[in-house]
Amino acid sequence: MINRTHVHCTVNGDEVDFLATDSTSLLDALRTELGLTGVKEGCGTGDCGACSITVDGALNCACLMFAPEAEGREIGTVEGIAQGDHLHPLQETFLEGAALQCGICTPGFLVAAKVLLDENPTPTETEIRYALAGNLCRCTGYDKIIHAVQEAAVQLNGAKS
Amino acid sequence: MTATENPPSKYKYVGTRPVRHDGLDKVTGKARFAADLDLTGQLRGAIVRSPHAHARIVSIDTSAAEAMPGVKSVVTGADFPAIDPSDSAHDEAVNNIARDEALYVGHAVAAVAATTMEEARAAAAAVEVEYEVLPAVLSIDEAIAEGAPIANSTNRTLFTGDTEPSNIASVGPFQRGDVDAGFAAADVIVERTFTTKAVHQGYIEPHACVADVGQDGKATIWASSQGHFAVRSKTAKILGWGTDKIKVTPAEIGGGFGGKTTIYLEPIAVRLSQKAGRPVKIVMTREEVLRATGPAPASKIHMKMGATKDGELTTIQGTLHYSNGSAKGYAALTGAMSIASYKFPNLDLMAIGTVDNTPKSAAYRAPSAPQAAFAIETLIDEVADQLEMDPIELRLKNAVVEGDPTAMGAPHPKIGFIETLEAIKNSEHYNSPVPEGAGRGFGTGFWFNIGEQSSATVNLNEDGTATVITGSPDIGGSRASMALMAAEELGLDVHRITPIVADTESVGFTDITEGSRATFATGMAVVNACRDLIEQMKERAAVMRGVAADQVAWIDGAAVIEGPPSEGADPVSIAEITAAAKMTGGPLTATASLNAAGAGPSFAAHLADVRVDEETGQVEILRYTAAQDAGTAIHPSYVEGQMQGGSAQGIGWALNEEYIFSADGVMQNAGFLDYRMPVASDLPMIETIIVEVPNPSHPYGVRGVGETGIVPPIGTLANAIADQTGVRMTNLPMSPPNVLKALNER
Repeated sequence: MINRTHVHCTVNGDEVDFLATDSTSLLDALRTELGLTGVKEGCGTGDCGACSITVDGALNCACLMFAPEAEGREIGTVEGIAQGDHLHPLQETFLEGAALQCGICTPGFLVAAKVLLDENPTPTETEIRYALAGNLCRCTGYDKIIHAVQEAAVQLNGAKS
Repeated sequence: MTATENPPSKYKYVGTRPVRHDGLDKVTGKARFAADLDLTGQLRGAIVRSPHAHARIVSIDTSAAEAMPGVKSVVTGADFPAIDPSDSAHDEAVNNIARDEALYVGHAVAAVAATTMEEARAAAAAVEVEYEVLPAVLSIDEAIAEGAPIANSTNRTLFTGDTEPSNIASVGPFQRGDVDAGFAAADVIVERTFTTKAVHQGYIEPHACVADVGQDGKATIWASSQGHFAVRSKTAKILGWGTDKIKVTPAEIGGGFGGKTTIYLEPIAVRLSQKAGRPVKIVMTREEVLRATGPAPASKIHMKMGATKDGELTTIQGTLHYSNGSAKGYAALTGAMSIASYKFPNLDLMAIGTVDNTPKSAAYRAPSAPQAAFAIETLIDEVADQLEMDPIELRLKNAVVEGDPTAMGAPHPKIGFIETLEAIKNSEHYNSPVPEGAGRGFGTGFWFNIGEQSSATVNLNEDGTATVITGSPDIGGSRASMALMAAEELGLDVHRITPIVADTESVGFTDITEGSRATFATGMAVVNACRDLIEQMKERAAVMRGVAADQVAWIDGAAVIEGPPSEGADPVSIAEITAAAKMTGGPLTATASLNAAGAGPSFAAHLADVRVDEETGQVEILRYTAAQDAGTAIHPSYVEGQMQGGSAQGIGWALNEEYIFSADGVMQNAGFLDYRMPVASDLPMIETIIVEVPNPSHPYGVRGVGETGIVPPIGTLANAIADQTGVRMTNLPMSPPNVLKALNER
């Protein structure tokens, strides 16, 4: 019998419990135990950012954490970015600006971009490019993604003032 | 979510930028890609792969694996019917699972299904394969060397009738005019040899599928593929089944770029599922993707070009070697055929495809054209240098127009190369000074584009909305394009139309999304189905108004009654017609199928400013502009996206990406850390200029835009590096060590 650890944490604001072996990645646990398949696996080695999540607000690759490490933490995924039917400005600007083609990298970009804008509401283009350098996109050449993040920053700042 | 900015246009919907219909699911994490699907009772599959570049499989003992915990089925090549090497399906079948010979490191030789991924992996490791290691061939030079070992014992050179095994996949001469006379009369002759490494398509989603064989022996497959009808036919062939025994449902696809036009997993998953009596899901790791799926071919191209002193490019002669990897293919032929941008009255090209013990190559966006364009665009730039001519003027002087021949000899249809060159010539970028200490490069690209077979069904719903059903997997926004063309035809708001990609049993046969064909060919099927529906609606409106059908016209989304007795009656809307459908003849639906002729070639021209750090060899791109003839841009944002994405892939190919093999054929950089694709901080904004020279063979003038954008960047960047440093880079990638080496040899 394989030993499984009981993990209790918060995911997108909801308290959850699940069982995981010590070698299960948090990515696999989120996808298979919690059904959060918006968190994608592109590499499993922390190089592509498709599994970007927040852990206590900080950006992480879910594939680089073991599931039991989530114990007591607050996890955020793409599924938690919208508030009900109300999309986050980043989601709106990605849609309006055609900042996605195939869409496999999009959840990771949204999570990473939200962390950036939470920390730095007025990033320069260069700051956006470096903040998102851990997220690979093979379809867009990044152009429309950068524009979408810039536009979301403008909208968020407009909403505040 | 409404359409943003509408440019002035003769169309109401075509050319606008509505939010794509599948977008909401993709920004909220709800879109279902193949790896996101789980079925009740599902097993996980793992593949056993060859550690040798070339080996005879002496025996496979699966007994230990079968006895492992959780293991429900094991398969080897013996579980699949033998296919004769002369059959066109042979190589793909053998690439899915080896039979007698392992042909590269990573070649699948067996597979296991177990209740968990960990159990499947453990069991895969317990499959005992006895190999007799054979001499391996790892490059073009090794493949063509005198007395080289045979890389694949089943390979016979195509089209020659040769019966002996060979490392030559194909040989193709292309000739016109008299090259000897051409060179004799030339004032300038330039000549170089160019080499490029294998590169990967680099889609972020690894290959994945789920297969479920039911009690009735019928398989249902959920696949990540550019063409689910092709998954069905290829899987059926490899299993020896009828296509009626297989249903394929397309999952959302996380990038393909040509690399998902072939299959790797589906026949194995079906066989594992059949033996276990349970669904089986197989998902590749990134390492498996890099070791075992299709790179674009490595190449070695020798090219010689002659021109007169007034800038007429008279003569081209070349030998183009392309590696097809472990099995035969058409890479070299396609490369030579792609040389079609300049008139060259004298042309002599020899295309030689090779076979070696590296992964079987696969299509990658304008397959084989970027390598050839690297050579051509570099040499033209040198001619311009030597003649002290503007590089765009030189190209304008020699650019092909309608009626000029491609390398194959077939004349070009209506094309927009001149217009594309002029778009860059007139751009703000080209007319701005080159930044201090930087270099500027220019290059062009061409791709044929293709038509092929498509089907579409358009259903009008009871409330006057419409569903557009096609069989073309959407890899870059094509659903939005289908909806826009349907909206234009029907006069129905684009967001009252739902475009979907249906499974193999819910829509007519449709070829793969490849060759930039989806918006062109499938779009034509959608337009034809809509036109059929309009005729039906006119008839229904005539019944509703008690007039003859020929008194009804379709204007701006409604049936308008013309002439007595009901002249002046209110137009009949789609919603009114569908609401009354039960009384006028039943549901309104139309299907159209075609084998599309008249694909429109697309040309691109790129301009780059770079700064080469002469101490490190690092190439920084300061500014990049891409112009491309789209024919007509149905959804301009996604046309720009294709141009930008193609540019970025070409930039990666040019500057950093390469397969690195050890002396025994093991890929040394099988991960995204070491196989280094461009990230956001590597690139500037990619400015786009959409050129629109409509394709007369398409109702809206579509050419297709997916592929051409990857063709110009390599030559463009090489020319920019030469502009700053005076060094002509002839070996890819133009990575810091390679650039530094070339600078030091200056």
